[in-house]
Amino acid sequence: MPLDLDAPSAQAAQGQDAPVRAITIAVVAMGGEGGGVLSDWIVDLAEHAGCIAQSTSVPGVAQRTGATIYYIELFPEAAAKAAGRDPVLSLTPVPGDVDIVLASELMEAGRAVQRGLVTPDRTVLIASTHRVYSIRERTAPADGRVDAEALIAAGKEAARRHVFADMAHIAESTGSVISAALFGALAGSQALPFERAQFEAAIRRGGVGVEASLAAFSAGYERAQGGDAAVAVPEETTETIREGVKRLTDYQDPAYAQEYLERLAPFRASGHPELLDEVARHLALWMSYEDTIRVADLKTRASRFARVCDEVRLGKDQILQISEYMHPRIEEVADTLPAGLGRWLLGSTLAHKVLAPLTRRGRVVRTSSLGGFLLLYAVAGLRPWRRGTLRFQCEHERIRRWLDLIRAMAPEDPALAVEIARAQRLVKGYSDTHQRGTRNFERLMALVPAMRRKSDPAGYLRVLCDAALADDTGAALEAALAEAHLEAPR
Amino acid sequence: MAERSFAKEVQQLRLGAGQPFHGEGILAVTKALLQSGVSYVGGYQGAPISHLMDVLSDGKEILEELGVHFESSASEASAAAMLAASVNYPLRGAVAWKSTVGTNVASDALANLASGGVRGGALVVVGEDYGDGSSIMQERTHAFAMKSQIWLLDPRPNLESIVAAVEQGFELSEASNTPVMLELRIRACHVHGRFTAKDNRRPDFTLKDAMERPERDVSRIVLPPSSFLHEQEKVNTRWPAALRFIQERGLNEVFADDGQDVGLILQGGMYNTVIRALQLLGLSDAFGNSDIPLYVLNVTYPLVDAEINRFCAGKRAVLMIEEGQPEFIEQALHATLRRADLTTKVHGKDMLPMAGEYTAPVVLNGLRAFVERYMPDVAVQGGVSVPAPVAKEVAGSVDPRPPGFCTGCPERPIFTAMKLVERELGPHHVSCDIGCHLFSILPPFNIGNTTMGYGLGWAGASALNARDASKRTISVMGDGGFWHNGLTSGVGNAVFNRSDNVLVVVDNGYAAATGGQDIPSSLADNPNRATKNPIERAVRGVGVTWVRTLTRTYDVARVRDTLREALTTKEKGPKVIIAQSECMLNRQRRVKPLMKRMVKEGRRVVRERFGVDPDTCTGDHSCIRLSGCPSLSIAPNPDPLRRDPITQVQNSCVGCGLCGEVADAAVLCPSFYRAELISNPSWWDRLRHRVNGWVIGRLQARIDRRLERHAA
Repeated sequence: MPLDLDAPSAQAAQGQDAPVRAITIAVVAMGGEGGGVLSDWIVDLAEHAGCIAQSTSVPGVAQRTGATIYYIELFPEAAAKAAGRDPVLSLTPVPGDVDIVLASELMEAGRAVQRGLVTPDRTVLIASTHRVYSIRERTAPADGRVDAEALIAAGKEAARRHVFADMAHIAESTGSVISAALFGALAGSQALPFERAQFEAAIRRGGVGVEASLAAFSAGYERAQGGDAAVAVPEETTETIREGVKRLTDYQDPAYAQEYLERLAPFRASGHPELLDEVARHLALWMSYEDTIRVADLKTRASRFARVCDEVRLGKDQILQISEYMHPRIEEVADTLPAGLGRWLLGSTLAHKVLAPLTRRGRVVRTSSLGGFLLLYAVAGLRPWRRGTLRFQCEHERIRRWLDLIRAMAPEDPALAVEIARAQRLVKGYSDTHQRGTRNFERLMALVPAMRRKSDPAGYLRVLCDAALADDTGAALEAALAEAHLEAPR
Repeated sequence: MAERSFAKEVQQLRLGAGQPFHGEGILAVTKALLQSGVSYVGGYQGAPISHLMDVLSDGKEILEELGVHFESSASEASAAAMLAASVNYPLRGAVAWKSTVGTNVASDALANLASGGVRGGALVVVGEDYGDGSSIMQERTHAFAMKSQIWLLDPRPNLESIVAAVEQGFELSEASNTPVMLELRIRACHVHGRFTAKDNRRPDFTLKDAMERPERDVSRIVLPPSSFLHEQEKVNTRWPAALRFIQERGLNEVFADDGQDVGLILQGGMYNTVIRALQLLGLSDAFGNSDIPLYVLNVTYPLVDAEINRFCAGKRAVLMIEEGQPEFIEQALHATLRRADLTTKVHGKDMLPMAGEYTAPVVLNGLRAFVERYMPDVAVQGGVSVPAPVAKEVAGSVDPRPPGFCTGCPERPIFTAMKLVERELGPHHVSCDIGCHLFSILPPFNIGNTTMGYGLGWAGASALNARDASKRTISVMGDGGFWHNGLTSGVGNAVFNRSDNVLVVVDNGYAAATGGQDIPSSLADNPNRATKNPIERAVRGVGVTWVRTLTRTYDVARVRDTLREALTTKEKGPKVIIAQSECMLNRQRRVKPLMKRMVKEGRRVVRERFGVDPDTCTGDHSCIRLSGCPSLSIAPNPDPLRRDPITQVQNSCVGCGLCGEVADAAVLCPSFYRAELISNPSWWDRLRHRVNGWVIGRLQARIDRRLERHAA
């Protein structure tokens, strides 16, 4: 079929009596994501539909996971014949002169908006809403994710028309790739003057993974026809206490959950809902600290086996084996022993010498085999004795001091009390990470009296906690502390 | 075997006269070489030239049919020296590389070649890696052409023009006895377009003829007195011959010169961008029918004064559109017009930026300034539509996305180990090299001080060799850089100068960063090349005695311990660690189809991947900071009590095991598990699975009963 420039979409893009010009398409993606396949399909589609097609890309190091742009221009062959000359097509997109932007990921859509490739009077934006997190987002010690909603809102505001859908989900559920879903959404958006069958023929001519690609294409097509996809926002439960009770029963026993409720009682009476919520959340997390018993318990459960089968997509005729990476040090061994024995072990050079060779290297435990499972099962079976362990005593002593401090602050400065409750987030992870977190936590708690002399103690504590979570080295915390002048010079 | 196969595309190299060719620019260049009757081709890979080398490798059969010799040269210097075959014999030869880096390496041979001149056509195809997506320093190949007097072609970036430039390049080379460079910008190399093919040509004079009937001419050799003669020849004979050829054959083009009193002079490679900018200003249609005259330099060196004077005569002003700096052409333009006493005003870098890529918006702004000044009556169109204000606001939500190590890359654990050693011994000076391993300088590793060029990693640390220093330096070199020149410039140099420092050679079996080409130490069976030459033998051969070869880089603890030993051992002298594991990108390409086939055939196949238990992960992401693997990502925390996202292993995981090893070596966290999926399990697998499953199931039921009892 020859290119029909009177089709509604082409008209909108080109204007009624404007001179013939190329249709411009930018594919924004990350290297190795299949942007090349998508632009090959578009070129093939157009060439078979009576167009002159030109595409360019910048392979090279960007192909190693960096952000990159594929750029395509389409021009009706009939118009070139009429003019007796080939058109001069551009090799790079011009901001403000792009008809269609296809984004394989949400932040890349945001980047296209930022670069001005998406403009309100001409661009159709077709983007996947899934996230491939940036290295900054992934390496933040706490939560460094950007606001996905803001990216979607920006795309909607910047574009003439938009199609947002989770193309990664489509790809996964059809066993195909994101580019096929995007190609389908491109067809469904009717931003190009070609029929669905012409798009599908291009996939068939490509000859690789045709059936799966067509399935993803079809799903993408329907999403684009159906208009905007609602993006699900994970709703955080407000019933923190109920979750806490559930967690601690699961962790130890109902009596332990009862203990939790008793500790919360003073805060329930305080009439400060935010404080209650924060204390409830962080007390539950702290009381369910991850010791070897807990790790072994969680790793041996049937529900966990089922989850792994699901996550690795175990086929019907396949068998699954699971191996764990454990590296218990002498500290973890001592933690799990009765308090007195544990303390002796930590203090004894002889015991260190005996145990050192056993704990120097990590161990790989195969939980799906009998030996490995029974080992972890036995460790998990120490749960009834947990209350007597060294770790339990240490943690509960710290919890007591922390709760006392919150209670002391609550009447005079509830905001500070909330921040103290939240500071528990500093303590997480295992071994070195856990020790470093605990050290930072205790250091900041000791400075609370000094902070109270400042005008906004809660603000100070929040900033210092954020600094403590900003890196592994403690550099940000040191800098923030130096700036705050809280400590006596050391 | 290279990362990308062109087996299908190379069939287009067989197209005959009149048939339409559809494909990439670099493939069109290859076809043009065959249409020109080339006898030999060489080069060194590197974007955007890698595809040319890969196409030639995959097109071996066609090359053999035509009697064309093809070499994957050891370096750009080797490739340039190869052109010596065209000095004495009427043989056409072409070489290719990434520029300016490759031209830097080649310039010794190029200068010697250009001095004596050539008899057969000698063509150097350079991929100009400048602007968006470039991975190298921003310089111009133009300077090399000027210093050695090699002619420089910069054709309009469409396939017809590029193919014509190759064919004319050989003729120009032969007409002026001078080597010719064909400069292709990165996007022109990868542009998909079309042209009408011609028949391939077998060379009339063959390599065999040359070898069996050698000829020599002492006046072509660079040694006094000939070298002085060469300079005179360049100026008095070859230069005028080139000017004649360029004019007679109309290599440069003039468009739309209908008596207007202003004009544009531009490099051929800028043509499409200039037309698009004019089009957006309403000064041209889509076919390049411009309202302003254009003088298009498809040959940017030498410039043809007569053509310049003809174009400028009668014009009040011209705008020179010349990408890159210094502005060699603009300077020459001033001199030419001054000599001819023409008063045409020359604009260029005053209206356009001195540095940086000339994208369409950049050219648009320069053109607008020029038109507003000299054509005030022309109503210039707005050009482009304006982005919504949100374009600025969204900047805060858009992170930079630098390239990085691929999923499962075997180089990652080396730097993880370096990070772990840094924790123990403090930071060391690290001298980097060119290759994927240079990604170590970026987050999450942030390792590395300098990079001085391909293969020059160890040479870059050679000054830091003080006898009284309490720390040693670490240098990194890839296997690609090692064979390119690092064996002599780095290892030989360290032995001879009694270095006491450490070199880590990243031996992943390919020139990986350039697209996975084979090199002398590759383990692959390559029917056309001699592979499997171990790096350790080469290193010992030049005199290093402290050498450790690690055959599995994923064993982080082992790499860490070896590094620590190298940094702290009492033994004096250079220390070389050869860290081997196959490039994962290439491994996956090799292994994946194989596994699929085996599963289909009903054979037992075990696939490994890793996972993280969400209920034990506390979301501090230390594991990501020590790895940065793309498949190691984050996900919302399923735990209603926690807010920070958890770590998640995505299904793209290839099961290299680094995350587990790191968790282990760095004593991080017990959340990682390894899952082995056994397809077509054996009877023993099934039996064991059934027995284990029965016992484990009963015990798990007990756990569940406890949980239910409490939940009630």
